[in-house]
Amino acid sequence: MLRAKNRVGLVFFPAYDWAISPSHPEREERLLYTQDQILEEGLFDIEGIVELKPDPVVLADIQRVHFCVPDAWSIATESHFISAGGAKTVGMAVLERRVDKGFALVRPPGHHAMRVAHGSRGFCNINIEAVMIEFLRRKYGVDRVAIVDTDCHHGDGTQDIYWHDPNTLFISMHQDGRTLYPGSGFPGELGGPNAVGTTLNIPLPPHTSEEGFLHVIRHAVRPILDDFKPQLVVNSAGQDNHYTDPITNMNFSAQGYAELTSILNADIAVLEGGYSIEGALPYVNLGIVLAMAGLDYSKVREPDYDRRQIRQTETVTDAVKNVTDLILSCWQGRNQLREKMLEKRDSHRRTRRIYYDTDGFSESQQEEVKICEACGGALRIDSVSDRGPHILAVHIPRKACPQCRRAGLQWYEQAAAKRFDRVFLQDGGEDKFIVKKN
Amino acid sequence: MIIGLDVGGTHTDVVLLDNAGLLREVKVTTDASDLFRSVLKGLDAVTEGVNSADIRRIVLSTTLTTNAVIQNTIPAVGMIVSAGPGIDPEHFRTNPHYICVKGSIDHRGREVEPVRPEEILAAAEHFRDNGIRQVGVVGKFSVRNPAHEIRIGELLGDSFDKIFLGHRVSGSLNFGRRIATTYLNAAVYPIHKSFFDAVLNSLSAKGMHLPLRLLKADGGNMKLEASIEYPAQTILSGPAASVMGAVAMAAGDEDAIVMDIGGTTTDLAVLIGRAPVLDPHGIAIGPYRTVIRSLETLSIGMGGDSAVRLQNGRLSVGPHREGPAVLFGGSTPTPTDALAVMGDMAHDDCGRARDGLKPVADQMGVSVEALADQVVETACRAMLEAAERLTAHINGKPVYTLHEFKEGYRVQPRSVIVLGGPAPYFARRLQRLTPMQVRVVPRWQVANAIGAALARTTCEVGLFADTEQKVANAPAENFRQAITDGYDLEAATTQALGLLRAKALERGANPDYLEMEVVESQQFNMVRGFTTSGRNIRVRVQVKPGLIHGYDNLLKSLAAGGEQSA
Repeated sequence: MLRAKNRVGLVFFPAYDWAISPSHPEREERLLYTQDQILEEGLFDIEGIVELKPDPVVLADIQRVHFCVPDAWSIATESHFISAGGAKTVGMAVLERRVDKGFALVRPPGHHAMRVAHGSRGFCNINIEAVMIEFLRRKYGVDRVAIVDTDCHHGDGTQDIYWHDPNTLFISMHQDGRTLYPGSGFPGELGGPNAVGTTLNIPLPPHTSEEGFLHVIRHAVRPILDDFKPQLVVNSAGQDNHYTDPITNMNFSAQGYAELTSILNADIAVLEGGYSIEGALPYVNLGIVLAMAGLDYSKVREPDYDRRQIRQTETVTDAVKNVTDLILSCWQGRNQLREKMLEKRDSHRRTRRIYYDTDGFSESQQEEVKICEACGGALRIDSVSDRGPHILAVHIPRKACPQCRRAGLQWYEQAAAKRFDRVFLQDGGEDKFIVKKN
Repeated sequence: MIIGLDVGGTHTDVVLLDNAGLLREVKVTTDASDLFRSVLKGLDAVTEGVNSADIRRIVLSTTLTTNAVIQNTIPAVGMIVSAGPGIDPEHFRTNPHYICVKGSIDHRGREVEPVRPEEILAAAEHFRDNGIRQVGVVGKFSVRNPAHEIRIGELLGDSFDKIFLGHRVSGSLNFGRRIATTYLNAAVYPIHKSFFDAVLNSLSAKGMHLPLRLLKADGGNMKLEASIEYPAQTILSGPAASVMGAVAMAAGDEDAIVMDIGGTTTDLAVLIGRAPVLDPHGIAIGPYRTVIRSLETLSIGMGGDSAVRLQNGRLSVGPHREGPAVLFGGSTPTPTDALAVMGDMAHDDCGRARDGLKPVADQMGVSVEALADQVVETACRAMLEAAERLTAHINGKPVYTLHEFKEGYRVQPRSVIVLGGPAPYFARRLQRLTPMQVRVVPRWQVANAIGAALARTTCEVGLFADTEQKVANAPAENFRQAITDGYDLEAATTQALGLLRAKALERGANPDYLEMEVVESQQFNMVRGFTTSGRNIRVRVQVKPGLIHGYDNLLKSLAAGGEQSA
């Protein structure tokens, strides 16, 4: 009988009665064939692989991460509470050492959901990884966390949430934003002034194959992780780099995903995208679980797999090598860059428009962060969407210094309730969330 | 009249009953080396002077196949396994003559790679050269499309006694378990067949031409004729007999825990509305995990004969048995001795029990009475803790829809039904420790045989339809039918229920009281591009375990015959 080398806890929640719309990629059928494959392979009979029943998250778990407009109930459906709960359940099992590793095979996904959430973007409403991580930090005192996003789309939501957090390393590798939604994730996006270099983006050219992905993991991601020394590594395990995915243009495979998983050696994986529901997901998920368990995956391959067919061109290989080198030099030069940023005065501002493609509207944001050597910096976001609500969101970081803490409280107190429909305070230090209503 | 017979490790229990009541109960010693004699002795004793024309059925639960598997007294079997991509099929190896061949089918039942006849012919030759008479054939996803298994079966020709095809053992997905189950069917087939041929022969020699039924691990029965195709379903029927005995005497429809307290172990099960909760996967026996439907049970090493000792200065009870109680000539003290000391169990020679416990009591510096009290309490707490664990396990099963997440049934046991040798003696203490009502099964000595006698015929059917591929498939029923675009969940459910009815009747169910239920019904629109290309439909229906119709008076009389409340 098969026995896993690493104990793996799995939450499988396919939400068979939930869809964005009947023919949407994010529909009931998405994990059906994955379930068929893992049941037929007898994955849960393997000694050391356990299926865990998810507990849904609670409101406070979501409020620790998001400013939902007008409130969490309007943004997160029951399905989101359970899918985030799946990640949380897996995370708890790992930190309580009931298992060595965990995989939340859940839907709906979350990595496009930003700190302020007015609706659904890129099929995501709440960021299930961030909700899990902030819960684990609160409950188990985990501090340094690395998130490696291997979804084909840039994990712009996770990037946004951790943009100013020097204790969270976020690395996203994805299809070049000039050719795919959400159109961001370029190497110059390195994080806010207080956290330069703890956001890293590795855009890959279309048609990147096994060779390219594994090159990036071996030569950039792994050495950077070794350098950062996180206490916890989380993989946002999107599966849409697959050569059969209908909405992307990459050439990755089940074998490649399994090998990537094995090299990356994350503590927790959370399913993100992946819409080749028959040709890819059953095999990719099987490969990922076997790799996490430390079991042989050499016979896991797609029925139509042909290595020659998906081989990348030399142009792609060169581009991948170049971006890998570039990212390594960004990482190595991060401290100089940070010092330069910290020379700036008092605070840093940026203005953005954020498009909610799934729901079809836009949001305008004006963000201000206190420049701070000691912490992530107090953060103030003035946000209004085409749908109407105008809010002010104040975030005090988990490990805020006394000055930033005062600044945050002051922003909240002084905000004229009349100017905004809602004023929110998310106090990371006190783990508190309060709202002033007009 | 009905006869129920349950062969246990030490005793074979037999009852003869009709609707008026329990007519006879017999216990004979089981001769493990000759089960055939044990069965016949039991039947002879219970039918003495009875007109065999009045006997409507005999239900047998034996340890024949269980023992054969555990003691590995099974013949060499040939296995042909085709897997395709995925986990290496070598990991599912069941036996030496296990040959992996090319050919594969995907999760929707589409052929990926064809069977290679030359490989099969070579395997057949190898089997023949090794004197193999039974062959099992299992393909990955054969329950979605059995074509390869059928083709391989044809290629093997008729030079074997029996060929078992994997898709016939269950409609469930689980390749490794299907391999193990097919293997076990092939392996126990010859002993099963010759044993029951012998039973039938000797019964007819006595002029008794009775319909024989066999109990299965899920607490239901099937006709002997049907069992020839699925002999492995009789493995581990013993625990099911006891649970069905508890069902027969459970009061009310509330959720209940069944505790079968034996010498070495206590086996627990859960009843919801007088139906035992089933294990969604299947029985595990020795190294084999199967798709053979069974009851959800939990067994702990705690019983009347569990060893009582001091370990690192702390009292420990179980999990091992080192022999009978000191009271009955053993050398290690046990909870049975403790019960005797406390007067819960009357016995002429309580002094021996006291002597047995004394050394441990002295070491602990307490009185023998105090120790006895502590021993019984420890044992009872372990049993109740196991009940909690089993309940939590059942309630903790993952669900895959929001609906089930919100509306899923949660087991909340209100009573504990105890049976087995020392049951009545433990019952009083159990009652002191739990708010649940503790009840002792009346006739607890033969409850297992009563359970076997009254169990109904059970079976299940899984149907899978794919309107894009225009096929409805119930592989275990040998059913495959072309369908049209209009085929939907309702049509599939109707069809599955029709198949279930036919199967149940063939296996011996009463057509007038057939309680069928839908266990799973799911329909998915398959969307390719932006259009719906078809529907993917999955339906499971079953006749769940329960009691046969028409024995209410018997049940009343059993209850009246002395339900012992704790």
